[in-house]
Amino acid sequence: MKNKPFSMQVNLDDFIPASPEDKEYLSKMRPSSTFFKDGVKRLLKNKVAATSAFFIIVITISSILIPFFWPYEYEEMLGVTQGGFVDSSYSNLKPFEYGETEQQKIENGEKVFPHIFGTDNHGRDYFIRVVYGTRISLAVGFFASIIVLLLGVTIGSVAGYFGEKIDLIIMRIVDIIYSLPDMLVIILLSVVLKQTLNLEGTFLQAIGGNIISMLIVFGLLYWVSMSRLIRGQILSLREQEYILSAKANGAKASRIIRKHLIPNCISVVIISTCLQIPNAIFTESFLSFMGLGVNAPMPSLGSLASDALNGIYSYPHRLVIPAIVICLIVLSLNLFGDGLRDAFDPKLKH
Amino acid sequence: MTSKTMLYILKRIGMALLTIFIVITITFFVMHAVPGGPFTGEKALSESAVAALEAKYGLDKPLAEQYFTYLKDIVTEFDFGPSLKMRGRMVIDVIMDGFKTSAKIGLITAFIATASGIVLGAVAAIKHNSVIDRIIMVITTAFVAMPSFIVGSLLMIVFCVTLSVFPANGTTNEGLVLPVITLALYPMSYITRLTRSSMLDVLSQDYIRTARAKGVSGSKIIFGHALKNSLLPVITYLGPMLAFIVSGSMVVEQIFAVPGIGRQFIQSIINRDYTLIMGTTIFLAAMIVIMNLISDILYKVVDPRIELE
Repeated sequence: MKNKPFSMQVNLDDFIPASPEDKEYLSKMRPSSTFFKDGVKRLLKNKVAATSAFFIIVITISSILIPFFWPYEYEEMLGVTQGGFVDSSYSNLKPFEYGETEQQKIENGEKVFPHIFGTDNHGRDYFIRVVYGTRISLAVGFFASIIVLLLGVTIGSVAGYFGEKIDLIIMRIVDIIYSLPDMLVIILLSVVLKQTLNLEGTFLQAIGGNIISMLIVFGLLYWVSMSRLIRGQILSLREQEYILSAKANGAKASRIIRKHLIPNCISVVIISTCLQIPNAIFTESFLSFMGLGVNAPMPSLGSLASDALNGIYSYPHRLVIPAIVICLIVLSLNLFGDGLRDAFDPKLKH
Repeated sequence: MTSKTMLYILKRIGMALLTIFIVITITFFVMHAVPGGPFTGEKALSESAVAALEAKYGLDKPLAEQYFTYLKDIVTEFDFGPSLKMRGRMVIDVIMDGFKTSAKIGLITAFIATASGIVLGAVAAIKHNSVIDRIIMVITTAFVAMPSFIVGSLLMIVFCVTLSVFPANGTTNEGLVLPVITLALYPMSYITRLTRSSMLDVLSQDYIRTARAKGVSGSKIIFGHALKNSLLPVITYLGPMLAFIVSGSMVVEQIFAVPGIGRQFIQSIINRDYTLIMGTTIFLAAMIVIMNLISDILYKVVDPRIELE
């Protein structure tokens, strides 16, 4: 039946009841997604960021696990045996070379674990030193960022929430610390802390005074940018109605900050923490390079590179290896942080 | 210039002076908190010798008095006192000796980094999403992730050890080429990225479209309109760039054996020459603070659109 043009008669086919299949088709909606799930999805789509994340995870896990089964220790001088002479054939080995006693063992048909990166001038296996150096650098970067995170979030949220006088005082302090030349102050403080810190007898002794002083210095100087960021976020968040309703219900300031304000700026916090890690690794390697970092014989990537400078003409690989590791770590952390920012908070991109 | 701008400038100058004052104070008290004074070295000195030395350097006076004398000498005479370990030399002379070389390197570095950074950034923005843009972005991303001591050491391996084109010693003019390149790579990459993103921003503005619609030629748009406006963020980077060059020069001068202020600083830390450490820290910090001040003021003066706090 064909309708006349402009006729008001309804098409009856449109009013047939839906079959069960049709209902099934309509009810199949997209499963509900959370903010976090959306972000992760976007992050995984970003190939560069996903590769970087994978690389960071691999390098972190291997720097933690490899020392457990590696047959050499980072401070073990292979040529030195108790009560015997120092076997200098173990010093300065090129990659995949063996010391004299190891050569004999191999000739006798025994298996000897290879020195993948050779040994250093004290006859220490270089591979395990690089692994330990990576571990130290990552740990310093990670813990420094945690300290910065805690200080920055606490101070920033207090300043932002209470406003007025407290805010004014805190922000003046932030301004001053912000305008201090950070590297010079870090060097100065680490020179002094290195000599004043007395950790004997405490559990911190095992970590070493230099690393502790480095963490203190990071904490003292780098919280400012984080707290500025958090303060800005909180200033706008605290005007929201749900804060008013929480206040009306009698919630205390600490509860409002912890339960309402901080969770709402968590993405900013995570992103800037992630971008803080490579910064801290940079500074750590810089300080170690200048001899203000970790205590010998403990290696860090920076101190390995600076030690290698002395033998640069004969053993350039000892410099190239830690250099590549540092660059890869910093690069992938930077790229991952950028990806995280794009995925979770595109507004942050300036 | 409005009175608001003047007020802002005065406020910034006051802030900068306060910062320098705080740096002096921190440096002084922190260095004096080190246990076992400057004369407890490897050689044990007799008590009378230590007392004589302390009297000579005024270390026997109360701390507050020492502090005010130190502050007064810096402000009125620009005098940082004598070096403790280099006999008969004043700290300011040691600093100035090294500063001549470091300033030369620093200025050349700053010039090269800014010029090449702006050119690369502009090219990348104009050829947005092309192969050239991609290559520039990949290279600059890589350089931003490389600490200067690594760049320096790698350049040394390639140019001094393998190719032996340049001397590994920075005492001659030829030897300054590699230190300058090492220092320039990071700020260059940073400026490139800065220029690129602000140029992209400017190129999408309405007034550029208007100019295009009126038939203004491509080069005139870029040089007459876009470039000038996209260089503003670069001005703000001038201060941080100097801070980078100062801290970077410590490493680079150490690697290439350049007799500059950075190497002097590291040496003074190793020798525990307290007055020299204090003097150098204050000198460099003041320079960075002043440079930050200049770039901040310049930024506000050049671009009147920016709202003053």
